[in-house]
Amino acid sequence: MAKIRNDYEHSWWPRLLQWLEDGSTRLDDELTAEMDESREGHLLPTHEDVAAHEAKLEERRNQKLADELAMYAHAHEWTRTKGAKLANWAYRIMSVVICVSIIWVLLQTAAYLPPFGSPDNPVNNEVSQRYIEKGMEETGAVNIVAGMILDYRAFDTLGESNVLFIAACSVLILLRVSSDKHDPTSVHQLEVEADDRMYEPKNDIILQHTVAFLVPVILLFGVYGVMNGHISPGGGFSGGAIMGAALILYLNAFGFKRTERFFTFKTFKTVSVCALSFYAISKAYSFFTGANHLHSFITPGTPGKLFSAGLIPYLNIAVGAVVCCTMYAFYTHFRKGDM
Amino acid sequence: MELWQSIPFACILLPLGSAAMTSVLKGRWARYWTFCVLTVVTGLSAAFVVLMNGYEGSYTYMMGHYAAPWGNEIRAGMLEAVTALFFSMIMLLSLMGGLKKIDEHILADKQSLYYVMLLLLTAALMAQVYTNDLFTAYVFLEIMTIAACSLITARTKGRTLVAATRYMIMNLLGSGLFLLGITLLYDLSGHLLMSNIKQAVASLAATGQYQMPLTVVIAIMSIGLGIKSALFPFHTWVPDAYGYSTPTSAAVLSSLVSKGYIFLLIKIYYRVIGLEVIASTGILDILFGFALVGMVMGSISAIRQSDIRRMIAFSSVAQIGYIFMGMGLGNEQGMTAAVFHIFAHSVCKSMLFLAAGGLADASGNSKQFRDLRGSGFRSPIAGVAFTIGALSMVGFPFLGGFTSKMNFALAAMNGGDIRMMLVLIVLVISTWLNTIYFLKTVITIYRKPLEGANYPVEKGRRGFCFNASLVLFSGVNVALGLFSQGIIEAITRGLGIFG
Repeated sequence: MAKIRNDYEHSWWPRLLQWLEDGSTRLDDELTAEMDESREGHLLPTHEDVAAHEAKLEERRNQKLADELAMYAHAHEWTRTKGAKLANWAYRIMSVVICVSIIWVLLQTAAYLPPFGSPDNPVNNEVSQRYIEKGMEETGAVNIVAGMILDYRAFDTLGESNVLFIAACSVLILLRVSSDKHDPTSVHQLEVEADDRMYEPKNDIILQHTVAFLVPVILLFGVYGVMNGHISPGGGFSGGAIMGAALILYLNAFGFKRTERFFTFKTFKTVSVCALSFYAISKAYSFFTGANHLHSFITPGTPGKLFSAGLIPYLNIAVGAVVCCTMYAFYTHFRKGDM
Repeated sequence: MELWQSIPFACILLPLGSAAMTSVLKGRWARYWTFCVLTVVTGLSAAFVVLMNGYEGSYTYMMGHYAAPWGNEIRAGMLEAVTALFFSMIMLLSLMGGLKKIDEHILADKQSLYYVMLLLLTAALMAQVYTNDLFTAYVFLEIMTIAACSLITARTKGRTLVAATRYMIMNLLGSGLFLLGITLLYDLSGHLLMSNIKQAVASLAATGQYQMPLTVVIAIMSIGLGIKSALFPFHTWVPDAYGYSTPTSAAVLSSLVSKGYIFLLIKIYYRVIGLEVIASTGILDILFGFALVGMVMGSISAIRQSDIRRMIAFSSVAQIGYIFMGMGLGNEQGMTAAVFHIFAHSVCKSMLFLAAGGLADASGNSKQFRDLRGSGFRSPIAGVAFTIGALSMVGFPFLGGFTSKMNFALAAMNGGDIRMMLVLIVLVISTWLNTIYFLKTVITIYRKPLEGANYPVEKGRRGFCFNASLVLFSGVNVALGLFSQGIIEAITRGLGIFG
């Protein structure tokens, strides 16, 4: 500041003014006045004044800091108690509101849909008409549903059986205990599973006798359902589920040791892989010949015969095997004692 | 029908049939087998693109002895061919880049199951791309969902299990909405074949019948697939799922699975409902709004991360926003830009995930930025690949990301209403945010490491496969930028005959 002032006073303009007015500069006057005033009372602050002022400032600053901290603490406390509660409530209310509004929209939609069972609905068109009228003649299957899923729309069903397979593989990835001898966790888990198998209760005589009588019947019924899938209600999916249930029942009554005489992990793998590969290869042949309008050696045969309807009974067997194995694998992996 | 027209059929059936066989092979053989199958599928797809280039229009292929509304059928055109090529190529390269990490992360006797998942995922993606039937699309969508879950859980750690649970809940919600949509649509139209549904919907729209259920169908299908492809408000499952799974899984999930769903949605808009009907319902405006918010919010979340994988994951959310923004514009150019961005983003994102894995490997398996300093020098190829990917994401000229950003801007200009303003403004903000977090990362990996940090002596040499995959990926990224004109022409041609 002083430098600027000096610069100013030594520049030509103030000097010109000084020369014109022939007197002191305004700055000089002010400085003199200030000197005079300070001579009368002590207007300049003393050390005590400065100290008091600074103490006051310090106190104010501390107060401000404390207030701020208290506010933060309060806000933190609030978010942890009341705020959390409020947020929870808000979430709950929002979820209920969203659910109710979606339900309302969907109910409203259902009300606007074509009436159920009316003959002139869009669903009753040439597609279902051909399935019903020509289904048996074209596919050779008396059971129209089997003809639809395994012949007309076999590609979807191929995907669907792979959904089952991939679900079983996911469970294996997640739950199957690795037979890796170097990994300490898997060694420990293997021991636990072996213990589970060992100490599993298997002396329920009532259950065993009932199962000895029931399981053959259930298995037979499952096989019947699979084999007659193209003739009567049933098919690979339902028959396979029945067979899987029979295996699970047998396992529950007699334990792993006896079940593993005929069904091990290796059986599971072999059966699934063979069934799926057969499905994929045979259907690939059928798709290829169909798309290229080639002659196919698969013929519908005589409807109603056990081995008729082209590939359908074989595909039913394949699907049944996959479903049965998948059900059994699911059960054993979610239960104590690995497969 | 000529023999080459069976290529789509082979591309679906080959991985589908060989998946079951892979499950009984021992780990190493399963790997070779998967590699062979994926190479064959990629080669066939490439040949198919070349052959389709000389073929006018599209054709349908009967899956069985019965013609379309009764049996299943697939359809192939230029767009499908190009998409299938990109998808199979990215699958092959992602697997190649992550082989060493798969060995590290997945127990030896579960690896063959992992390859089963990859093969079934490939088959499902191919089926999704080529199918002409809405229910077939749903069946293979289920396979994709389950396979994606297993890809996450294959690395059995607490984090991945939590991530997979979240992923599964959100994705099943999406599948459920989509299935509900198909059911209602079947009730309204009486068909499952895409072209027949389109006729029925057009006549419904003309007569004004069933207007309300039709709107609901469009809404729940769009939202269902939006949830599955991580559109902005439904993206909460993304960071964990992409951040903690093994690099191949992260690359495949972010660049193929979510893109498969988006491709299906585009297919539904074009081939099932029809663009005019979609535009009249206003669902595109909603998607557009979500997309714009997502573009900004995804990037902001990415900036806040301290973990490189989670950062890339959040960047995916922003990029999915770009794609939905292109679709939300509702015009041809917007769709073209969206499809091009599907390719650009998938090629780039999978490379970024693999490269980030390599960089983390060279820094003592840490994915935190503070440990990654100087990793670009310790693992040179991964560093260069990451830089190329980051530049492409930011929109550096001569790379794929630049072309797609330019196309989005051009498409918005073409629309010329309030959307133009919004798109341009948000595009600038989002690019700016992208630059912040990607360049920050690039600078980080080329900085001097912290004092006293001792990194493994391995120097990040990840073997031949990893390097080859990253080099190929970089090449594809640059090629996508340099030859973008041809690809965009192919997409335009494909979209022209798509409807």
